[in-house]
Amino acid sequence: MAARTARAAHAGVGAAGRRLRKDGTLAWQAASVLAVMLAWEIAGRIPINYAFPPFLAVLRAFVEMVLDGSLVRAFLVTLVPLVLGVLFSTVVGVGAGVLMGLRRGVEWVAAPVFIVLQAAPVAAIIPLVTFVYGIGLAAKTVAVILLALPVIALNAYKAVRNVNPSLVAMCRSFLGTRRQTVQKVILPDASPVIFAGLRLGVGAGFVGVILAELLITPTGVGDLITYHRSVANYAEMYATILTIVVVSALCLNGLQRIEARLFRPERREGT
Amino acid sequence: MIQAMEAERPAPAAEGAVPAVEVRGLSKTYNGGVLALDDVDAVFPQGALTSLLGPSGCGKTTLLKIVAGLLPASEGEVRVMGRAVDGPGPERAFVFQDFALLPWATVLRNAAFGLELRGVPEAEREAAARRCIAEVGLAGTEGRYPHELSGGMRQRVGLARALAVDADVLLMDEPFSAVDEQTRRKFQEDLLRLRGVERKTFIVVTHSIEEAVYLSDRIILLSPGPGRVARIVEPEIDRTLSPEAIRRDPHYLETVEDIWQGLRDFVE
Repeated sequence: MAARTARAAHAGVGAAGRRLRKDGTLAWQAASVLAVMLAWEIAGRIPINYAFPPFLAVLRAFVEMVLDGSLVRAFLVTLVPLVLGVLFSTVVGVGAGVLMGLRRGVEWVAAPVFIVLQAAPVAAIIPLVTFVYGIGLAAKTVAVILLALPVIALNAYKAVRNVNPSLVAMCRSFLGTRRQTVQKVILPDASPVIFAGLRLGVGAGFVGVILAELLITPTGVGDLITYHRSVANYAEMYATILTIVVVSALCLNGLQRIEARLFRPERREGT
Repeated sequence: MIQAMEAERPAPAAEGAVPAVEVRGLSKTYNGGVLALDDVDAVFPQGALTSLLGPSGCGKTTLLKIVAGLLPASEGEVRVMGRAVDGPGPERAFVFQDFALLPWATVLRNAAFGLELRGVPEAEREAAARRCIAEVGLAGTEGRYPHELSGGMRQRVGLARALAVDADVLLMDEPFSAVDEQTRRKFQEDLLRLRGVERKTFIVVTHSIEEAVYLSDRIILLSPGPGRVARIVEPEIDRTLSPEAIRRDPHYLETVEDIWQGLRDFVE
């Protein structure tokens, strides 16, 4: 009897401990964010630089910019080439990468292109883009693709190449067709690395679109940053930068969730 | 009735019966020009457990993979139930050394995967998989994922998957090498029990002499560099004895010693 109670109590402690640990991580994350904010606030108040506003000023600027609609308008403009470029890069990049991984011929033709693209200093190429595509939406979309596509394609390619050969042999020995092998074994097994590439690609896409807006045509978020810097509204400038960082981080987090939902159910529970 | 009685008793090497698997003049040269197998002839009788035994580099896994249809032979042929084959087939099922389980699939889906690939409807294949999971002693783990299981349990899932497709021939590539010693012994006993229940032909690759003698009706000893059949041993162990008694049985120990003396030359 005593033993059973003890065990029950132990189980109770275990469950509570788990809950606490989970909340613990959350608390630590919150604490870390708070610490950064606090450090920022202090650094801004000293101030370490006249162009470095305290955090609360940035927060106030953020609220004002949301209320007057300028931030939302800028994001709507920026998101168009970003979404177009990332969608194109995802479809073409994952497609090309998977094909490169599956077929030697495609690898031979396509891999060098992506490797050269990835090695190129894209910021230097972006001005060239304007010669061909002008200064409109097309140019900015191309800038996003230039940055996002190679990393997505090369990751997908490596992911497929590094699929566990034993799983492929297993599928073949149980009479899986080539199509089944690709669908049921190769793609799920490659998905973590493909998604890692997508996350890098989306991150690179944000870089590309902001670079394009800074270097090609001042529009959207890039324009907002340039404008506020030029009139010394540093709080507004930082609010814009911070927002784009947060939006980017949320996108990457969303991707991770999508991956777990689609391909890796075993990652959803626990970990 | 008499027939049923006969069916009950495992009858290895029944006279005149077509062997489950037969290889003739099998050679394998790898791309680099390395000769792995040289003119191997071997017969694997129906309903028997045959071990391929030899030191590393004797091509035993290569031979098993050629029989499985996972590797092409350079020369020679493989016959399964009298018919020449040159690829995987439904009458053979493979148990992998590294288990080869899908990490993103539950035990149930992994065990049913062979049937899934054959397009068996979900309800039907899951029923079959559940039966085989229970048969290998894993009932209750159907909803778990491979990373939540021990090595021995994972290999049982691999075995359940091979059983679920109901192949006549089970090909096992060092099935016990990636599990610890206790699990290994338990697994060997289970395999013997399973052999009595499932009237299948087993071909097991192993590098353990004790394991081969303990398990097999027939041991094909391979010599290395290039792999050739060195000797064939039929241990004739009295399987009515308990596992402990078998391991102390003088005949068992003699056979182990005899094979060791033979293999010694290749190792040195």
